[in-house]
Amino acid sequence: MREIEVNRLTEVIEKLCIEANEHLPEDVKDAIKTCRACEDGEIAKGVLDNIIENFDIADSENVPICQDTGMACVFLEIGQDVHFTGGDLNDAINEGVRRGYDKGYLRKSVVKDPVRRGNTGDNTPAMIYTEIVPGDQVKITVGPKGFGSENMSQIRMFKPSAGLQGIKDFILEAVETAGPNPCPPMVVGVGIGGTFDKCALLAKKALMRPLNTENPDPYYADLEKEMLEKINKLGIGPQGFGGKTTAIGLNIETMPTHIAGMPCAVNINCHVTRHKTEVL
Amino acid sequence: MERRKITLPLTRELARTLHAGDQVLLTGTIYTSRDAGHKRMCEALAKGEKIPFDPTDATIYYVGPTPAKPGEVIGSAGPTTSGRMDAYAPTMMSVGARGMIGKGARLPEVVEAMKKYDGVYFGAIGGAGALLAKCIKKAELIAYEDLGAEALRKLYVEDMPLVVIIDSEGNNLYEEGRAEYLKDHAE
Repeated sequence: MREIEVNRLTEVIEKLCIEANEHLPEDVKDAIKTCRACEDGEIAKGVLDNIIENFDIADSENVPICQDTGMACVFLEIGQDVHFTGGDLNDAINEGVRRGYDKGYLRKSVVKDPVRRGNTGDNTPAMIYTEIVPGDQVKITVGPKGFGSENMSQIRMFKPSAGLQGIKDFILEAVETAGPNPCPPMVVGVGIGGTFDKCALLAKKALMRPLNTENPDPYYADLEKEMLEKINKLGIGPQGFGGKTTAIGLNIETMPTHIAGMPCAVNINCHVTRHKTEVL
Repeated sequence: MERRKITLPLTRELARTLHAGDQVLLTGTIYTSRDAGHKRMCEALAKGEKIPFDPTDATIYYVGPTPAKPGEVIGSAGPTTSGRMDAYAPTMMSVGARGMIGKGARLPEVVEAMKKYDGVYFGAIGGAGALLAKCIKKAELIAYEDLGAEALRKLYVEDMPLVVIIDSEGNNLYEEGRAEYLKDHAE
């Protein structure tokens, strides 16, 4: 049994909230630059140049890449031999978010009630996802999620007879419907399988996976490549102004499901696909 | 590509010279507002009250910036999705507002109002908040402070890089730009 003081989580989460919002992961930057090199339209090239200039400014001046500094999605992989001490785990996580969004001059974008609204003023509560894994470490990932893209996400419960074609059509339909709204070029996270709720979580986890990796199953790795190519033939382009680069990456995560079902979720993200991880 | 410099206010005459696909550098005074601010302004107008700024020939930027760091004018300040303001935009144009800066698709009723009032919808690059903040030289909170990031601000911008997405005749870059790309890349 390893004891970890919960205030260490507070400190790490405070730091990760700020760093994730100011510094885009290298794999995302590389994907944007690769797409810029392949564009031929004048407006599309100009947009991608501005996007590159923007993340360079954020890097060098330590300012948020985007003003929508998101809901703080906090993923914890907790080793089963860990014992948290010194307070409530959820309180410690939210305190980290509170401090990070205050000290980092990040925008507070959370309302306390979905219908009656009212800003909570400190960007809490965080969206907390915990998973128990073997070992005695805690892996913490903070992924601030903007809602321009979140609002364009979709989930559908397919009959198994819809098959692979049903899933392919649905992914394209979701991107097509999103159009210019989620600030393309986008990153597309696809979840297939599980239950209704697990499927949506798979799609979100797919967005946390680096863009220079592929699904370990060659069947789905091929599907990732095929769907990214198909999306980039839609012509939506950077910001929806027309062009090759509609998406800079597409990741698929899957899990077993019921004999009667084939859920598929498409979680859309923008080119500001932020996440930062630390292990305690 | 050459970017055309334009200076506000956005009069009818100036608006009519702008066409979908034009890349412009905008200079002048603009006002910020998004969901909650628009709701409040339209409620005030419905009651016959005035809104916190003179809407005549005004341009509204759909943005909720991050807080300014000490010594800075403003924090990151890129556009939010304009479609959420579609319910309010025709009302705002009916009292004189003409320019809108945001990102994403608009409903047909907004485009119809734009044709009627010579409105112009400009696109700023979504997700380029750090870059766009560089163009904002002055920022002043003018109303609805309780709304936090959604409060109404008066900004002075210099050479703000924008693209005309929908012009006063209803031409739409989202449709035309994509169609042009698909035509050029037909297999």
